[in-house]
Amino acid sequence: MSFMIAGSLEEALTALAAGARPVAGGTDLVVGARQGKAPLPTSLVAIDRLAELTQIEPTDGGIRIGASVTHARLLTDPTIVSDYTALADAAALVGSPSTRNVGTLGGNVMNASPAMDTGAPLMVLGAVAEVQSERGSRTVDLSDLWTGPGQTSAKVDELCVAIDLPSRPARSGSAYVRLEYRRAMEIAVVGAAASVTLADDGTISDGSVALSAVAPTIIEVDGVAELMAGHLPDAVGAAIAAAVAEAAEPISDLRASDSYRRHTVGVMAARAVDAAARRAAGEEISVPVNRAIGVGASR
Amino acid sequence: MTEPVMLTVNGIDYRVNVDMGRNLLSVLRNELGLTGTKEGCDDSECGACMVLLDGQPVNSCSYLALQAQGRSVTTVEGLTPADGLHPLQRSLLEQGGVQCGFCTPGIIMSARALLDRNPSPSEEEIRIGLSGNLCRCTGYAKILAAVAQTASDG
Ligand SMILES: Cc1cc2nc3c(=O)[nH]c(=O)nc-3n(C[C@H](O)[C@H](O)[C@H](O)COP(=O)(O)OP(=O)(O)OC[C@H]3O[C@@H](n4cnc5c(N)ncnc54)[C@H](O)[C@@H]3O)c2cc1C
Ligand code: FES
Ligand code: FES
Repeated sequence: MSFMIAGSLEEALTALAAGARPVAGGTDLVVGARQGKAPLPTSLVAIDRLAELTQIEPTDGGIRIGASVTHARLLTDPTIVSDYTALADAAALVGSPSTRNVGTLGGNVMNASPAMDTGAPLMVLGAVAEVQSERGSRTVDLSDLWTGPGQTSAKVDELCVAIDLPSRPARSGSAYVRLEYRRAMEIAVVGAAASVTLADDGTISDGSVALSAVAPTIIEVDGVAELMAGHLPDAVGAAIAAAVAEAAEPISDLRASDSYRRHTVGVMAARAVDAAARRAAGEEISVPVNRAIGVGASR
Repeated sequence: MTEPVMLTVNGIDYRVNVDMGRNLLSVLRNELGLTGTKEGCDDSECGACMVLLDGQPVNSCSYLALQAQGRSVTTVEGLTPADGLHPLQRSLLEQGGVQCGFCTPGIIMSARALLDRNPSPSEEEIRIGLSGNLCRCTGYAKILAAVAQTASDG
């Protein structure tokens, strides 16, 4: 048994190469161990305060978010809120203030729950994960990173160091909407993120939709851009809902039946497209959309 | 494996021996004798174990004690003045926001962090600030009123 608070990225990577597992906020790892889901790893390296992992910084082509940035930071960071709003919508829904204070983006991504809230926003925003080990570093598309519930393609010695997002087109907006039975301490029944770009005449020129909790991993829905292009945002809701219901492969569990999930994920996707389009047109819809327009549980 | 570590709690440095998997809550209660912080669910659902870590609320039942090294922990004992009550404690009593009292220390820590960040929160902001705290007794209305009263009393 060993526990180390990494003082540098190199130290963390050396510990991983020697068999340690990373812990950031511990809100999945430690809570899961207490619930008996999986025993706590015998060797842990804490990565939550590494300066290299806690920055949000502009890059040549967009923005780089360190893996250990917390949800509390994401939902208040001015650039995330204004340009990558769907990610702020998602961060604002995670758990409660205490979950958001310690829970991190990297932990959410690498825990790879099919119901994770930041995953669908990251997909529609075109994110890639930067992973690093003593053997070198590489970037991974999210569709290649998540391989199943709780499974990623990262090797055991690889650390996710950052998430990279490309800069946003002009007249674009994004939103994440989740169906929830209560307003806090909840897991998505289903969730949908949308990104929409508008042409000068107000019609949609480009867009994408990704879904939470309706497949073994977060999935992006094929063909959405073609479906929306050239249409006014008001006119696409029904077609989006139908395409999304078709793409979903939900399961039944104690939270919802498969048919209920298939139906409601279409409704959530149409609402996410609507909110994203309104944001693209310059309307201020506060974060999270769920509270601003009363999408989820009501009081 | 037991490690000797230094934990700073309510401004005091304590040297304690801690197993790797040990949660912060059990160290506070059983090693340091700070029993104001409660154990409800023991898996991050109820908020009875809420403490402040560098001023921000954290569920101490699900936080590794070793991970608190080098950070400043505040418990309900650290917020209560030697003579009398903290304004949040007084408002909770005045408004009837305490019945069995088991949730109260956790509520106070969440409310304290909220008011430090946002001295005049709206009702919605108070609800969000307390959304990680369950109370089985009061029905919440009086707790919300007590936090609002503390804010308006300044
Ligand atoms: C009460 C409660 C409510 C919650 N509500 C939500 C919710 O609404 N939505 C939601 O999506 N999630 C929710 N969660 C889950 C959890 O809080 C999030 O997934 C959080 O983002 C995890 O981050 P962490 O830093 O705590 O991860 P940790 O628990 O520290 O790590 C999670 C896993 O990822 C690995 N890991 C962590 N960082 C890295 C890295 N940089 N590189 C490689 N591997 C890494 C760890 O080894 C571990 O396997 C909730 C949890 C709790 C306890
Ligand atoms: S005892 Fe920690 S949240 Fe319930
Ligand atoms: S007063 Fe009893 S749980 Fe809140």
